[in-house]
Amino acid sequence: MLDDFFIRALIAGLGVAIVTGPLGCFVVWRRLSYFGDTLAHSALLGVTLAYTMEFNIAFSVFIISSLIALTLIQLQKRTNLPGDALLGLLAHSSLAIGLVVIGFLSFIRFDIMGLLFGDILAVTVEDLLIIWIGGALILLVLKLIWKPLFASTVNYELAEAEGLNPDRAKAIFTILMAAIIAISIKMVGLLLITGMLIIPAAMARNISDSPIKMVTYSIIGGLLSVIIGLFTSLEFNTSSGPSIIAASLFLFILSLLNIKQSIKLKN
Amino acid sequence: MNTNNNILVKLKNAGFRQNNKWLVKGVSLEVKKGKIVTLIGPNGSGKSTTAKIALGIYKTIDGEVEKYTSKIGYVPQKISIDWTLPIRVHDFMVLTENLSDEAINEALSLTGVIHLKNKNLGNLSGGEFQRVLLARAISKKPELLVLDEPVQGVDFTGEIALYELIKKISDTLDCGILLISHDLHTVMSATDHVICLNGHVCCSGTPIDVAKNNEYKALFGEQASQILSRYEHRHDHVHTIEGEIKKN
Repeated sequence: MLDDFFIRALIAGLGVAIVTGPLGCFVVWRRLSYFGDTLAHSALLGVTLAYTMEFNIAFSVFIISSLIALTLIQLQKRTNLPGDALLGLLAHSSLAIGLVVIGFLSFIRFDIMGLLFGDILAVTVEDLLIIWIGGALILLVLKLIWKPLFASTVNYELAEAEGLNPDRAKAIFTILMAAIIAISIKMVGLLLITGMLIIPAAMARNISDSPIKMVTYSIIGGLLSVIIGLFTSLEFNTSSGPSIIAASLFLFILSLLNIKQSIKLKN
Repeated sequence: MNTNNNILVKLKNAGFRQNNKWLVKGVSLEVKKGKIVTLIGPNGSGKSTTAKIALGIYKTIDGEVEKYTSKIGYVPQKISIDWTLPIRVHDFMVLTENLSDEAINEALSLTGVIHLKNKNLGNLSGGEFQRVLLARAISKKPELLVLDEPVQGVDFTGEIALYELIKKISDTLDCGILLISHDLHTVMSATDHVICLNGHVCCSGTPIDVAKNNEYKALFGEQASQILSRYEHRHDHVHTIEGEIKKN
Protein backbone atom coordinates (compact mmCIF):
# COMPACT_ATOMS: atom_id res chain seq x y z
CA MET A 1 0.00 0.00 0.00
CA LEU A 2 2.86 2.36 0.89
CA ASP A 3 4.20 1.77 -2.61
CA ASP A 4 1.61 4.16 -3.93
CA PHE A 5 3.00 7.70 -3.82
CA PHE A 6 -0.43 9.15 -3.29
CA ILE A 7 -1.15 7.02 -0.20
CA ARG A 8 2.24 8.02 1.19
CA ALA A 9 1.47 11.69 0.60
CA LEU A 10 -1.91 11.33 2.23
CA ILE A 11 -0.52 9.65 5.35
CA ALA A 12 2.25 12.27 5.55
CA GLY A 13 -0.20 15.16 5.11
CA LEU A 14 -2.61 13.87 7.73
CA GLY A 15 0.27 13.46 10.18
CA VAL A 16 1.36 17.04 9.57
CA ALA A 17 -2.18 18.38 9.97
CA ILE A 18 -2.68 16.76 13.37
CA VAL A 19 0.41 18.60 14.66
CA THR A 20 -0.07 21.95 12.92
CA GLY A 21 -3.61 22.16 14.36
CA PRO A 22 -2.71 22.84 18.00
CA LEU A 23 0.61 24.59 17.24
CA GLY A 24 -1.22 26.87 14.80
CA CYS A 25 -3.64 27.92 17.53
CA PHE A 26 -0.72 29.13 19.63
CA VAL A 27 0.74 30.89 16.59
CA VAL A 28 -2.55 32.79 16.21
CA TRP A 29 -2.99 33.47 19.93
CA ARG A 30 0.58 34.64 20.48
CA ARG A 31 0.74 36.55 17.17
CA LEU A 32 3.67 34.56 15.89
CA SER A 33 2.82 34.21 12.21
CA TYR A 34 5.83 36.24 11.06
CA PHE A 35 8.00 34.28 13.43
CA GLY A 36 6.80 31.10 11.70
CA ASP A 37 7.57 32.66 8.32
CA THR A 38 11.10 33.52 9.41
CA LEU A 39 11.79 30.00 10.59
CA ALA A 40 10.37 28.61 7.35
CA HIS A 41 12.50 30.90 5.18
CA SER A 42 15.59 29.89 7.08
CA ALA A 43 14.67 26.28 6.34
CA LEU A 44 16.03 26.69 2.81
CA LEU A 45 19.47 27.12 4.31
CA GLY A 46 18.86 23.92 6.24
CA VAL A 47 17.89 22.09 3.06
CA THR A 48 21.00 23.17 1.19
CA LEU A 49 23.09 22.17 4.17
CA ALA A 50 21.47 18.76 4.10
CA TYR A 51 22.40 18.32 0.43
CA THR A 52 25.98 19.50 0.92
CA MET A 53 26.70 17.44 4.02
CA GLU A 54 24.41 14.56 3.07
CA PHE A 55 22.35 14.95 6.24
CA ASN A 56 18.74 14.07 6.63
CA ILE A 57 16.72 17.12 5.45
CA ALA A 58 14.34 17.25 8.41
CA PHE A 59 17.21 17.01 10.89
CA SER A 60 19.23 19.71 9.17
CA VAL A 61 16.24 22.07 8.86
CA PHE A 62 15.45 21.53 12.53
CA ILE A 63 18.99 22.50 13.54
CA ILE A 64 19.13 25.61 11.35
CA SER A 65 15.63 26.82 12.33
CA SER A 66 16.42 26.35 16.02
CA LEU A 67 19.64 28.33 15.58
CA ILE A 68 17.75 31.14 13.84
CA ALA A 69 15.17 31.16 16.65
CA LEU A 70 17.89 31.41 19.30
CA THR A 71 19.63 34.15 17.31
CA LEU A 72 16.39 36.08 17.21
CA ILE A 73 15.96 35.84 20.98
CA GLN A 74 19.53 37.12 21.48
CA LEU A 75 19.08 39.97 18.97
CA GLN A 76 15.88 41.03 20.73
CA LYS A 77 17.79 41.31 23.97
CA ARG A 78 20.81 43.12 22.57
CA THR A 79 19.47 45.57 19.99
CA ASN A 80 16.86 48.30 19.98
CA LEU A 81 15.34 47.21 16.68
CA PRO A 82 11.66 46.31 16.70
CA GLY A 83 10.70 42.64 16.51
CA ASP A 84 9.30 42.74 12.97
CA ALA A 85 12.47 44.34 11.58
CA LEU A 86 14.58 41.63 13.20
CA LEU A 87 12.27 38.95 11.81
CA GLY A 88 12.53 40.42 8.31
CA LEU A 89 16.28 40.66 8.61
CA LEU A 90 16.66 37.03 9.60
CA ALA A 91 14.03 35.70 7.19
CA HIS A 92 15.38 37.32 4.05
CA SER A 93 19.06 37.05 4.80
CA SER A 94 18.81 33.34 5.57
CA LEU A 95 16.68 32.82 2.45
CA ALA A 96 19.24 34.75 0.39
CA ILE A 97 22.17 32.80 1.79
CA GLY A 98 20.31 29.56 1.10
CA LEU A 99 19.74 30.57 -2.54
CA VAL A 100 23.37 31.67 -2.95
CA VAL A 101 24.58 28.35 -1.59
CA ILE A 102 22.28 26.53 -4.04
CA GLY A 103 24.05 28.41 -6.84
CA PHE A 104 27.32 26.82 -5.79
CA LEU A 105 25.79 23.36 -5.75
CA SER A 106 25.38 23.19 -9.53
CA PHE A 107 26.46 19.54 -9.52
CA ILE A 108 23.27 18.55 -7.70
CA ARG A 109 19.96 18.57 -9.55
CA PHE A 110 17.69 20.76 -7.41
CA ASP A 111 13.93 20.90 -7.53
CA ILE A 112 13.52 24.48 -6.28
CA MET A 113 9.79 24.50 -6.96
CA GLY A 114 9.41 21.34 -4.91
CA LEU A 115 11.27 22.95 -2.02
CA LEU A 116 9.26 26.14 -2.09
CA PHE A 117 5.82 24.67 -2.64
CA GLY A 118 5.99 21.03 -1.59
CA ASP A 119 6.12 17.90 -3.70
CA ILE A 120 3.93 14.92 -2.99
CA LEU A 121 5.98 12.71 -5.29
CA ALA A 122 8.99 13.22 -3.06
CA VAL A 123 7.50 11.74 0.13
CA THR A 124 9.34 8.52 1.03
CA VAL A 125 8.62 5.87 3.65
CA GLU A 126 11.46 7.36 5.70
CA ASP A 127 9.69 10.74 5.60
CA LEU A 128 6.53 9.08 6.89
CA LEU A 129 8.41 7.74 9.89
CA ILE A 130 9.95 11.16 10.58
CA ILE A 131 6.57 12.89 10.32
CA TRP A 132 4.68 10.46 12.54
CA ILE A 133 7.35 9.85 15.17
CA GLY A 134 8.46 13.49 15.17
CA GLY A 135 4.86 14.63 15.21
CA ALA A 136 4.00 12.39 18.14
CA LEU A 137 6.98 13.77 20.06
CA ILE A 138 5.95 17.36 19.30
CA LEU A 139 2.40 16.71 20.52
CA LEU A 140 3.66 14.98 23.65
CA VAL A 141 5.93 17.89 24.56
CA LEU A 142 3.17 20.39 23.75
CA LYS A 143 0.84 18.52 26.10
CA LEU A 144 3.47 18.68 28.84
CA ILE A 145 3.96 22.46 28.52
CA TRP A 146 0.30 23.23 27.71
CA LYS A 147 -0.58 24.68 31.13
CA PRO A 148 2.30 27.19 31.49
CA LEU A 149 2.23 28.04 27.77
CA PHE A 150 -1.50 28.69 27.68
CA ALA A 151 -1.52 30.54 31.01
CA SER A 152 1.28 32.85 29.89
CA THR A 153 -0.49 33.39 26.57
CA VAL A 154 -3.47 34.70 28.54
CA ASN A 155 -1.33 36.68 30.99
CA TYR A 156 2.39 36.39 31.49
CA GLU A 157 2.45 37.88 34.98
CA LEU A 158 -0.26 35.60 36.33
CA ALA A 159 1.61 32.56 35.08
CA GLU A 160 4.91 33.82 36.48
CA ALA A 161 3.43 34.86 39.84
CA GLU A 162 1.72 31.53 40.36
CA GLY A 163 4.88 29.57 39.68
CA LEU A 164 4.39 28.18 36.16
CA ASN A 165 7.74 29.18 34.62
CA PRO A 166 6.44 30.74 31.38
CA ASP A 167 9.92 31.55 30.05
CA ARG A 168 10.85 27.91 29.88
CA ALA A 169 7.55 27.06 28.18
CA LYS A 170 8.16 29.78 25.59
CA ALA A 171 11.66 28.51 24.82
CA ILE A 172 10.40 24.94 24.40
CA PHE A 173 7.56 26.15 22.18
CA THR A 174 10.10 27.88 19.92
CA ILE A 175 11.91 24.59 19.48
CA LEU A 176 8.60 22.87 18.68
CA MET A 177 7.98 25.45 15.94
CA ALA A 178 11.35 24.64 14.39
CA ALA A 179 10.50 20.95 14.63
CA ILE A 180 7.11 21.18 12.88
CA ILE A 181 8.66 23.18 10.05
CA ALA A 182 11.38 20.57 9.72
CA ILE A 183 8.99 17.64 9.41
CA SER A 184 6.44 19.31 7.16
CA ILE A 185 8.74 21.02 4.66
CA LYS A 186 8.52 18.27 2.02
CA MET A 187 4.74 18.25 2.07
CA VAL A 188 3.85 21.91 2.06
CA GLY A 189 7.06 23.61 0.99
CA LEU A 190 8.83 26.32 2.89
CA LEU A 191 6.85 29.27 1.54
CA LEU A 192 3.52 27.83 2.61
CA ILE A 193 4.14 26.13 5.95
CA THR A 194 3.00 29.16 7.92
CA GLY A 195 -0.27 29.02 5.98
CA MET A 196 -0.77 25.46 7.17
CA LEU A 197 -0.26 26.70 10.73
CA ILE A 198 -2.42 29.81 10.57
CA ILE A 199 -5.31 29.22 8.20
CA PRO A 200 -6.92 26.16 9.86
CA ALA A 201 -6.47 27.85 13.27
CA ALA A 202 -8.03 31.08 11.97
CA MET A 203 -10.91 29.06 10.54
CA ALA A 204 -11.34 27.35 13.93
CA ARG A 205 -11.37 30.71 15.74
CA ASN A 206 -14.44 31.70 13.78
CA ILE A 207 -16.46 28.77 15.02
CA SER A 208 -15.24 28.14 18.57
CA ASP A 209 -15.83 29.64 22.01
CA SER A 210 -13.21 27.78 24.04
CA PRO A 211 -9.53 26.98 23.59
CA ILE A 212 -10.05 23.21 23.42
CA LYS A 213 -12.74 23.57 20.76
CA MET A 214 -10.49 25.82 18.72
CA VAL A 215 -7.68 23.25 18.84
CA THR A 216 -10.07 20.45 17.85
CA TYR A 217 -11.61 22.34 14.92
CA SER A 218 -8.16 23.45 13.84
CA ILE A 219 -7.02 19.82 13.60
CA ILE A 220 -10.19 18.79 11.75
CA GLY A 221 -9.79 21.74 9.37
CA GLY A 222 -6.19 20.80 8.69
CA LEU A 223 -7.10 17.15 8.00
CA LEU A 224 -9.88 18.16 5.60
CA SER A 225 -7.56 20.63 3.83
CA VAL A 226 -4.97 17.89 3.30
CA ILE A 227 -7.53 15.42 1.93
CA ILE A 228 -9.23 17.94 -0.38
CA GLY A 229 -5.92 19.54 -1.35
CA LEU A 230 -4.13 16.30 -2.22
CA PHE A 231 -7.02 14.95 -4.30
CA THR A 232 -7.15 18.21 -6.29
CA SER A 233 -3.41 18.09 -6.63
CA LEU A 234 -3.68 14.58 -8.09
CA GLU A 235 -6.59 15.48 -10.34
CA PHE A 236 -5.15 18.70 -11.81
CA ASN A 237 -1.47 17.91 -11.48
CA THR A 238 -0.79 20.95 -9.25
CA SER A 239 1.85 21.27 -6.48
CA SER A 240 0.71 19.72 -3.24
CA GLY A 241 1.44 22.71 -0.96
CA PRO A 242 -0.61 25.35 -2.80
CA SER A 243 -3.47 22.89 -3.28
CA ILE A 244 -3.64 22.14 0.47
CA ILE A 245 -3.44 25.82 1.41
CA ALA A 246 -6.12 26.72 -1.16
CA ALA A 247 -8.37 24.05 0.32
CA SER A 248 -7.84 25.47 3.83
CA LEU A 249 -8.69 28.94 2.54
CA PHE A 250 -11.91 27.48 1.15
CA LEU A 251 -12.76 26.11 4.62
CA PHE A 252 -11.90 29.48 6.17
CA ILE A 253 -14.36 31.21 3.86
CA LEU A 254 -17.03 28.69 4.84
CA SER A 255 -16.35 29.49 8.52
CA LEU A 256 -16.99 33.18 7.82
CA LEU A 257 -20.56 32.27 6.87
CA ASN A 258 -20.93 30.86 10.37
CA ILE A 259 -19.86 34.21 11.87
CA LYS A 260 -22.43 36.09 9.83
CA GLN A 261 -25.12 33.71 11.01
CA SER A 262 -24.21 34.04 14.64
CA ILE A 263 -24.15 37.82 14.36
CA LYS A 264 -27.62 37.68 12.81
CA LEU A 265 -28.82 35.50 15.66
CA LYS A 266 -27.54 37.99 18.21
CA ASN A 267 -29.33 40.92 16.61
CA MET B 1 7.53 26.47 67.55
CA ASN B 2 9.65 28.85 65.58
CA THR B 3 7.64 31.92 64.69
CA ASN B 4 9.44 32.06 61.34
CA ASN B 5 7.36 29.09 60.26
CA ASN B 6 4.43 31.40 59.85
CA ILE B 7 6.18 33.67 57.39
CA LEU B 8 5.02 33.21 53.80
CA VAL B 9 7.07 35.85 52.05
CA LYS B 10 9.73 38.20 53.28
CA LEU B 11 11.32 41.18 51.52
CA LYS B 12 14.68 42.41 52.80
CA ASN B 13 15.60 45.89 51.68
CA ALA B 14 14.19 45.13 48.24
CA GLY B 15 14.17 47.54 45.33
CA PHE B 16 13.64 47.55 41.57
CA ARG B 17 15.20 49.79 38.96
CA GLN B 18 13.99 50.28 35.40
CA ASN B 19 15.78 52.45 32.82
CA ASN B 20 18.06 53.76 35.57
CA LYS B 21 15.15 54.97 37.62
CA TRP B 22 14.23 53.46 40.96
CA LEU B 23 10.58 52.46 40.94
CA VAL B 24 10.83 51.48 44.57
CA LYS B 25 13.71 51.13 46.96
CA GLY B 26 14.55 49.72 50.36
CA VAL B 27 11.32 47.90 51.10
CA SER B 28 11.32 45.39 53.93
CA LEU B 29 8.16 43.56 54.83
CA GLU B 30 6.84 40.16 55.74
CA VAL B 31 3.48 38.51 55.27
CA LYS B 32 2.52 35.88 57.81
CA LYS B 33 -0.20 33.26 57.80
CA GLY B 34 -3.64 34.65 58.58
CA LYS B 35 -2.47 38.28 58.46
CA ILE B 36 -3.40 41.06 56.08
CA VAL B 37 -0.62 43.44 55.10
CA THR B 38 -1.70 46.48 53.14
CA LEU B 39 0.31 48.75 50.90
CA ILE B 40 -0.95 52.29 50.55
CA GLY B 41 0.54 55.29 48.83
CA PRO B 42 -0.08 57.77 46.01
CA ASN B 43 0.02 56.85 42.31
CA GLY B 44 3.46 55.83 41.16
CA SER B 45 4.67 55.19 44.68
CA GLY B 46 5.71 51.62 43.88
CA LYS B 47 2.84 49.59 45.33
CA SER B 48 2.34 47.29 42.33
CA THR B 49 6.10 47.08 41.84
CA THR B 50 6.52 45.92 45.44
CA ALA B 51 3.85 43.27 44.91
CA LYS B 52 5.59 42.08 41.73
CA ILE B 53 8.91 41.89 43.56
CA ALA B 54 7.27 39.76 46.24
CA LEU B 55 5.75 37.52 43.56
CA GLY B 56 9.02 37.04 41.73
CA ILE B 57 7.78 38.62 38.50
CA TYR B 58 10.70 41.04 38.58
CA LYS B 59 13.86 39.04 38.80
CA THR B 60 16.75 41.47 38.61
CA ILE B 61 16.12 43.21 41.89
CA ASP B 62 18.06 44.78 44.68
CA GLY B 63 17.91 43.17 48.09
CA GLU B 64 16.34 39.82 48.80
CA VAL B 65 13.04 38.00 48.58
CA GLU B 66 12.46 34.86 50.58
CA LYS B 67 9.38 32.89 49.67
CA TYR B 68 8.14 30.04 51.84
CA THR B 69 5.14 28.96 49.81
CA SER B 70 4.36 28.12 46.22
CA LYS B 71 0.59 28.15 46.62
CA ILE B 72 -0.05 31.68 45.47
CA GLY B 73 -3.15 33.44 44.17
CA TYR B 74 -2.66 36.73 42.33
CA VAL B 75 -5.07 39.42 41.21
CA PRO B 76 -3.06 41.81 39.03
CA GLN B 77 -3.98 45.46 38.74
CA LYS B 78 -4.20 45.46 34.97
CA ILE B 79 -5.04 42.55 32.74
CA SER B 80 -6.35 42.59 29.22
CA ILE B 81 -7.59 39.51 27.44
CA ASP B 82 -6.85 39.34 23.75
CA TRP B 83 -9.91 38.86 21.55
CA THR B 84 -7.98 36.28 19.53
CA LEU B 85 -8.41 33.93 22.47
CA PRO B 86 -11.74 32.18 22.73
CA ILE B 87 -11.84 31.73 26.49
CA ARG B 88 -14.77 31.34 28.83
CA VAL B 89 -14.88 32.12 32.54
CA HIS B 90 -14.74 28.39 33.20
CA ASP B 91 -11.51 28.00 31.17
CA PHE B 92 -10.00 31.01 32.94
CA MET B 93 -10.69 29.51 36.38
CA VAL B 94 -8.44 26.54 35.66
CA LEU B 95 -5.73 28.63 34.04
CA THR B 96 -2.90 27.84 36.43
CA GLU B 97 -4.26 24.87 38.33
CA ASN B 98 -6.76 22.10 37.64
CA LEU B 99 -9.77 22.41 39.93
CA SER B 100 -12.81 20.30 40.63
CA ASP B 101 -16.14 21.60 39.41
CA GLU B 102 -17.27 22.13 43.02
CA ALA B 103 -14.23 24.30 43.79
CA ILE B 104 -14.93 26.42 40.70
CA ASN B 105 -18.61 26.81 41.50
CA GLU B 106 -17.90 27.62 45.14
CA ALA B 107 -15.42 30.37 44.32
CA LEU B 108 -17.64 31.90 41.63
CA SER B 109 -20.62 31.85 44.02
CA LEU B 110 -18.60 33.54 46.76
CA THR B 111 -17.79 36.50 44.50
CA GLY B 112 -21.32 36.49 43.08
CA VAL B 113 -20.62 35.61 39.45
CA ILE B 114 -21.65 31.95 39.19
CA HIS B 115 -24.16 32.90 36.46
CA LEU B 116 -21.26 33.99 34.22
CA LYS B 117 -19.53 30.61 34.26
CA ASN B 118 -20.05 29.85 30.57
CA LYS B 119 -19.74 33.41 29.30
CA ASN B 120 -16.85 34.52 27.16
CA LEU B 121 -14.27 36.49 29.12
CA GLY B 122 -14.25 39.24 26.49
CA ASN B 123 -17.95 39.94 27.05
CA LEU B 124 -17.72 40.73 30.77
CA SER B 125 -17.99 44.21 32.24
CA GLY B 126 -15.08 45.61 34.24
CA GLY B 127 -16.69 44.86 37.60
CA GLU B 128 -17.77 41.36 36.55
CA PHE B 129 -14.28 40.57 35.32
CA GLN B 130 -12.80 41.82 38.59
CA ARG B 131 -15.05 39.41 40.51
CA VAL B 132 -13.94 36.57 38.23
CA LEU B 133 -10.29 37.49 38.82
CA LEU B 134 -10.82 37.36 42.58
CA ALA B 135 -12.72 34.07 42.32
CA ARG B 136 -9.87 32.56 40.30
CA ALA B 137 -7.29 33.66 42.86
CA ILE B 138 -9.17 32.22 45.86
CA SER B 139 -10.45 29.06 44.16
CA LYS B 140 -7.13 27.29 44.44
CA LYS B 141 -7.09 27.83 48.20
CA PRO B 142 -3.74 29.60 48.21
CA GLU B 143 -1.50 30.14 51.21
CA LEU B 144 -0.58 33.59 49.98
CA LEU B 145 -2.97 35.97 48.22
CA VAL B 146 -1.62 39.04 46.48
CA LEU B 147 -4.43 41.42 45.62
CA ASP B 148 -3.61 44.53 43.61
CA GLU B 149 -6.66 46.78 43.79
CA PRO B 150 -8.98 43.77 43.81
CA VAL B 151 -12.28 45.67 43.77
CA GLN B 152 -11.60 48.32 41.12
CA GLY B 153 -14.68 48.92 39.03
CA VAL B 154 -16.94 46.98 41.36
CA ASP B 155 -20.17 48.70 42.42
CA PHE B 156 -20.38 50.24 45.90
CA THR B 157 -22.32 47.51 47.69
CA GLY B 158 -20.26 44.86 45.93
CA GLU B 159 -17.08 46.55 47.09
CA ILE B 160 -18.01 46.26 50.75
CA ALA B 161 -19.13 42.65 50.31
CA LEU B 162 -15.90 41.73 48.53
CA TYR B 163 -13.73 43.29 51.22
CA GLU B 164 -15.70 41.35 53.82
CA LEU B 165 -15.13 38.25 51.73
CA ILE B 166 -11.39 38.90 51.60
CA LYS B 167 -11.29 39.28 55.37
CA LYS B 168 -13.28 36.06 55.73
CA ILE B 169 -10.96 34.20 53.38
CA SER B 170 -7.93 35.25 55.37
CA ASP B 171 -9.59 33.82 58.49
CA THR B 172 -11.00 30.59 57.06
CA LEU B 173 -8.07 29.63 54.83
CA ASP B 174 -5.58 31.03 57.32
CA CYS B 175 -3.74 32.49 54.36
CA GLY B 176 -1.61 35.59 54.30
CA ILE B 177 -2.77 38.51 52.19
CA LEU B 178 -0.73 41.27 50.60
CA LEU B 179 -3.31 43.88 49.68
CA ILE B 180 -3.00 47.06 47.66
CA SER B 181 -5.91 49.36 48.12
CA HIS B 182 -6.95 52.96 47.72
CA ASP B 183 -9.83 52.59 50.09
CA LEU B 184 -8.42 53.97 53.32
CA HIS B 185 -11.57 53.07 55.25
CA THR B 186 -11.07 49.40 54.51
CA VAL B 187 -7.35 49.54 54.96
CA MET B 188 -7.65 51.09 58.38
CA SER B 189 -10.43 48.85 59.61
CA ALA B 190 -9.57 45.38 58.34
CA THR B 191 -5.80 45.32 58.17
CA ASP B 192 -3.20 43.98 60.57
CA HIS B 193 -0.25 45.88 59.21
CA VAL B 194 -0.07 48.96 57.00
CA ILE B 195 2.89 50.00 54.91
CA CYS B 196 2.82 53.48 53.49
CA LEU B 197 4.91 53.77 50.34
CA ASN B 198 6.21 56.70 48.36
CA GLY B 199 9.12 55.26 46.41
CA HIS B 200 10.37 53.98 49.74
CA VAL B 201 8.71 53.01 52.99
CA CYS B 202 7.38 56.24 54.56
CA CYS B 203 6.02 54.63 57.63
CA SER B 204 4.60 51.32 58.67
CA GLY B 205 2.91 49.64 61.58
CA THR B 206 -0.56 48.95 62.84
CA PRO B 207 -3.30 51.13 61.34
CA ILE B 208 -3.39 53.19 64.54
CA ASP B 209 0.34 53.87 64.46
CA VAL B 210 0.29 54.82 60.81
CA ALA B 211 -2.67 57.15 61.12
CA LYS B 212 -0.81 59.11 63.80
CA ASN B 213 2.34 59.34 61.71
CA ASN B 214 3.17 62.77 60.34
CA GLU B 215 4.44 61.48 57.00
CA TYR B 216 1.16 59.68 56.49
CA LYS B 217 -0.69 62.92 57.21
CA ALA B 218 1.55 64.76 54.79
CA LEU B 219 0.83 62.23 52.04
CA PHE B 220 -2.88 61.78 52.48
CA GLY B 221 -3.89 64.92 54.35
CA GLU B 222 -5.38 65.56 57.76
CA GLN B 223 -8.71 64.12 56.60
CA ALA B 224 -7.23 60.73 56.05
CA SER B 225 -5.86 60.41 59.51
CA GLN B 226 -9.32 61.08 60.88
CA ILE B 227 -10.77 58.14 59.01
CA LEU B 228 -9.34 55.91 61.64
CA SER B 229 -10.58 57.95 64.57
CA ARG B 230 -14.01 58.00 62.96
CA TYR B 231 -13.82 54.28 62.56
CA GLU B 232 -12.78 53.73 66.14
CA HIS B 233 -15.38 56.17 67.30
CA ARG B 234 -18.00 53.96 65.73
CA HIS B 235 -16.96 51.19 68.02
CA ASP B 236 -16.62 52.87 71.38
CA HIS B 237 -20.35 53.19 71.86
CA VAL B 238 -23.64 51.76 70.70
CA HIS B 239 -26.90 53.49 69.84
CA THR B 240 -29.83 51.97 71.63
CA ILE B 241 -33.24 51.72 70.00
CA GLU B 242 -34.44 54.64 72.12
CA GLY B 243 -31.76 56.81 70.63
CA GLU B 244 -29.60 56.90 73.71
CA ILE B 245 -25.87 56.60 73.38
CA LYS B 246 -24.41 53.89 75.47
CA LYS B 247 -20.70 53.58 76.15
CA ASN B 248 -19.15 50.16 75.64
